[in-house]
Amino acid sequence: MKVNVDRHACCGAGQCVMLAPDIFDQDDEGIVVLLDDRPGEDQEHALQEAVSMCPTGVIWVDRSA
Amino acid sequence: MLRYRLDCRGFPHLEVTVSTETLPPYPFPMRSALEPPEQWAELRAQCPVAHVRLASGDSATLLTRYDDVRAVLSDPRFTRQLDAAAGAARVTANESGGVFASSADQMGVLDSRESHQQWRRLVGATFTAKRVQALAPGMLAKAEELLDGLTAADGPVDLVSAFNFPLPIWVICELLGVPESDRSSFGHWSDTMMSLSRFTQAEIDTAQADFAGYLGGLVASKRETPGDDLVSALIALVDAADPRVTEPMVIATARGLLVAGHETTANMIGKMLAMLLSDRSRWEALVADRSLVRNAVEEVLRFDANAGFGLPRFISEDLELPDSTTIPAGTTVVVSMASANRDEEAFAAADSMDLTRSPNPHLAFGAGPHSCMGQALARTELQVVLEVLLDRLPALELAVDPAMLRTREDMLVGGLVELPVRW
Ligand code: HEM
Ligand code: SF4
Repeated sequence: MKVNVDRHACCGAGQCVMLAPDIFDQDDEGIVVLLDDRPGEDQEHALQEAVSMCPTGVIWVDRSA
Repeated sequence: MLRYRLDCRGFPHLEVTVSTETLPPYPFPMRSALEPPEQWAELRAQCPVAHVRLASGDSATLLTRYDDVRAVLSDPRFTRQLDAAAGAARVTANESGGVFASSADQMGVLDSRESHQQWRRLVGATFTAKRVQALAPGMLAKAEELLDGLTAADGPVDLVSAFNFPLPIWVICELLGVPESDRSSFGHWSDTMMSLSRFTQAEIDTAQADFAGYLGGLVASKRETPGDDLVSALIALVDAADPRVTEPMVIATARGLLVAGHETTANMIGKMLAMLLSDRSRWEALVADRSLVRNAVEEVLRFDANAGFGLPRFISEDLELPDSTTIPAGTTVVVSMASANRDEEAFAAADSMDLTRSPNPHLAFGAGPHSCMGQALARTELQVVLEVLLDRLPALELAVDPAMLRTREDMLVGGLVELPVRW
């Protein structure tokens, strides 16, 4: 499983960081930064929440990778 | 009834031309301050692409389904800038078009996709989740101070004027670096600028001019004595000849943030408390289990039936909706996020409030490239307010029958006139 983000389309609302601070951070323009692209199972719920609540839909999880 | 169906998809054989005057007026009347207009469910089911008449008398196309609303908001081609020259509808009765025609857009800050993104990245640092979380202790202290004042006397007290409005102004003024003594004037300015038709054009012009004048002075004083705030940071970039920022942009940004972040948050605090207190089992569940606070805030944002106008978008190129209906170029669309948030196709048991709902991908802050810049801030404010009230006033209750709560009329953002409570 691998987490991906599209930094170009991210609008910097910070929702992912509020929900899953161990996986996501923001740079000094507010744009998403991946801290951990292979988070453990204990992070699964937070990750799913971040995916579904990202306002631009730019976080996706590749289950096959 | 038939009126809605006339130009609905699914009924092409009924397509006839109707004059604008016969279209249903929008926004629809609320059933009560906390209940959605009955048209929403009807339109979602039967007429998801509906024609309505705005306060200006112009017509627009109203979208009420979750998938359609999300698709329009996520499409970077369309903005809320309604270009009259290109044939866009006017939203308000007065010619300036109110807040949608003003705020940051007016200054050409957001005139293209690229410059809009550049602007968001410039101010993005102010709104990161971490910066916002760092503001929480200050918010909490201010909320405590306001509560000390209002609980000094016995209730009932109107929270709208004593708590809900002062707190978000304080927070934005803190971000911008506005001195404490100047903060009370902002309520009047943003009230006037957010009106659909309550104020005359002359009153709106005066408020806009006074506000612009004040902000000009603020910029000058930040140049002289910079602080740890957004205005100081941006004006330092201007003075360092950073090509991305100009002085009018700094003023437009400060103005845009006050307009976008004050009434919205103040009204949402009131509606949140009204929703939680009108059915006291909700409040009691929160008193008993604080871990519900975060999801409860998301759920009241989703459940807010009194969200106001929605968002306009000018459809500058043909747009295909998720179900293949085409919206032709030149159409002014209004999307109702509040209706989308009650769409049964998107949320199980959409018409009931569930304080444990998760995930909760509601559209209260919009979606896509223009989605609310201040959403982390607004969420934090709502969470802090709830925490502090649960702590300090666990016996809080409405001092009136919920049916007596009145909505503020004619504002772009929905809210309550008063919220009388006791404890
Ligand atoms: C509960 C409170 C709030 C609600 C419901 C709300 C809602 C919204 C919505 C729906 C939009 C999207 C506009 C569009 O797509 O055309 C928006 C945009 C915006 N909001 Fe908020 N907002 C709130 C609080 C705040 C706060 C506290 C701030 C900042 C201090 C803020 C700043 C902004 C800005 C700057 C934009 C424009 C973003 C852009 O055009 O790129 N908002 N807000
Ligand atoms: S939630 Fe989405 S848009 Fe917001 S910062 Fe994270 S990735 Fe970017």
